[in-house]
Amino acid sequence: MNTNGETSKRKKFLWIMILLITLLIVLFFISLRTGVIQITPGEVLQTLLNNGTNKQELILFDFRLPQILLALLIGAGLAISGVILQGVTQNELADPGILGINTGAGLAVVLFIFFFRDSLDTTGSLSIFMMPIFALVGAMGAAFLIYVLAWKKGVNPIRLILVGIGVNAGFSAFLVIFQLQMDPQDFRQAHVWLSGDIWNANWAFVLALLPWILILIPIALHKASALNVLNLGDEVASGLGSNVERERRLLLFIAVALAGASVAAGGGIAFLGLVVPHIARKIIGPLHQYIIPISTLIGALLLMVADTIGQNLLAPTEIPVGIIVAILSAPYFVYLLMKTK
Amino acid sequence: MLSTINHSNLLRTIINISAILALLFSIGISVSYGTTDIDLLTVWQAIFHFNPDLTTHQIIQELRLPRAFTALFVGAFLAVSGAIMQGMTRNPLASPSIMGVTDGAAFALVIMLAFFPTVSNSGITVASLIGAGLAVTLIFMIGSFSKGGLTPVKLALAGVAIGTMLSSISSMISLHFQLEKEMGFWLAGELAGANWTSVQILLIAGTIGMVLALAIAKSITVLSLGEDISTGLGQNNILTKILGIFAVLVLTGAAVSIAGAVGFVGLIIPHITRFIMGTDYRWIIPSSAIFGGLLLVLSDVVARGINAPFETPVGAITSLIGVPFFLYLARGSGGGKS
Repeated sequence: MNTNGETSKRKKFLWIMILLITLLIVLFFISLRTGVIQITPGEVLQTLLNNGTNKQELILFDFRLPQILLALLIGAGLAISGVILQGVTQNELADPGILGINTGAGLAVVLFIFFFRDSLDTTGSLSIFMMPIFALVGAMGAAFLIYVLAWKKGVNPIRLILVGIGVNAGFSAFLVIFQLQMDPQDFRQAHVWLSGDIWNANWAFVLALLPWILILIPIALHKASALNVLNLGDEVASGLGSNVERERRLLLFIAVALAGASVAAGGGIAFLGLVVPHIARKIIGPLHQYIIPISTLIGALLLMVADTIGQNLLAPTEIPVGIIVAILSAPYFVYLLMKTK
Repeated sequence: MLSTINHSNLLRTIINISAILALLFSIGISVSYGTTDIDLLTVWQAIFHFNPDLTTHQIIQELRLPRAFTALFVGAFLAVSGAIMQGMTRNPLASPSIMGVTDGAAFALVIMLAFFPTVSNSGITVASLIGAGLAVTLIFMIGSFSKGGLTPVKLALAGVAIGTMLSSISSMISLHFQLEKEMGFWLAGELAGANWTSVQILLIAGTIGMVLALAIAKSITVLSLGEDISTGLGQNNILTKILGIFAVLVLTGAAVSIAGAVGFVGLIIPHITRFIMGTDYRWIIPSSAIFGGLLLVLSDVVARGINAPFETPVGAITSLIGVPFFLYLARGSGGGKS
């Protein structure tokens, strides 16, 4: 690529970033003020500056703000996990869900509901904190299992995907068997969780998820060139002198950790990890140093908007956010598919 | 995709014949096994010297036989659909459920359950078939109206998008009308409702679908080498793809509308078959049918027995039986280069 093309590409990238950040800020305030109890923009600002009524403070600081921040973090985490998995496996259909990471987390949560719910006070904080911990352990366990099973003097992308779908299928089978033996109430709770649901937004979760995102996404960005090389295929990558195996292991670890932490906080939000990298690639091209920042913003934006809609569309009934993500992004994704070669 | 062992046509024939014998044997087990165990001699008599006065003969004719055949056909159809899709898209993740067929059928089903709760079983089958057809038509249209045409990757991606959207809407409806558990059972696959009408539907769809599949088998082998190579060889890829997608629609649509979303079979049997049979789709397609049918008939026996008298969804059992074998193959194939 000549220098001129590169400069114009960088310019395009900067403009898109500015556009996305502006959109993010505007929608952040819109979603902060919408809800069953409406708060005007002026009141939001006042409350943020510590001049609001007690009720407004309660709504904003204890409910809406942590929920929105959590949505932003989860969206960013899932999107980057998808970017890395699609790059590493060289497969356009790869996402955190297809490798069994979601199912691993889901199985752990369903087992938790199945075995321990009766013995726990369900409204107590213990239960609220245990579910994400189980989910995280399940996601990590699934990832570890896939990696061990796919290991054979290294891990090649095709074997990784095949082992991933096998493990995913096995976990799904157990998931179904346990789930169908639940009483309707528990089944419903599990179903909502599996559809993707930010059910326990509070500051503790925001703080728990924040370091994963703040540390791992910059590392991913730092590894963007490795991802570009891996994306060309193993032979080319080794030929270019990249230590393929070590880079892949590190990148996979980042992808799994991001997906695991995000799924723990947000349930089985499907499709986001698949669709955001595609959207980013269609906007900016194949270079990961551009794709990663843009995907981070698009993922965060998409989940925040979906979460706001999910909470308000049929209020007071909440629609699981994963459902809204799919309904919102699928048509745009299809449009992109039709438009590009 | 998995690499392959050495094959001669003799070996392939022997494997296929053994698999068919295993299939016949497992159908025998399936028919004789149940709440009332019936010995194989009685099974034989019930089929060839049917006596309507005997309860055991009635059970075999009206319940066990249609169920075994339904399992056989559903397994075979899903496996063949998966084989066609993986061959056409060259993507190891391609499977009938990715094409949105399953989600389309589930969507129609949840609408029937929510808004027309009095609908009959055959009404539900017809609705699922229509739903599956609509989903595929939509995906097909997206593929063909898009710039650059009907590429396999585009079809798969459009399938995922439309499928996820439909299943999300289904999820919303089922949460609102509290139908999660019914949908859960259906999505995990169930054969309990099988009767001779389902066998008839499957037979008609199967004849059309299998004839098509076998007719394009050779073209799929060429297509699986890559679009450029097959175009270079002067093959009409568009026609192959249209026929292939139509076969997938008919086979998967019929299977899903009767047995629900039995996962795994369509995704994994083609991999297993390719490993055993090689890369020639004239062998892969019939063998997939045999292996898929065998897996589902056996799984159905286990599903009925494992937690009797309750039935475990057959889709869960297919995975539990198939996954260890699949993982073994995925690892054993060495480099795994296709």
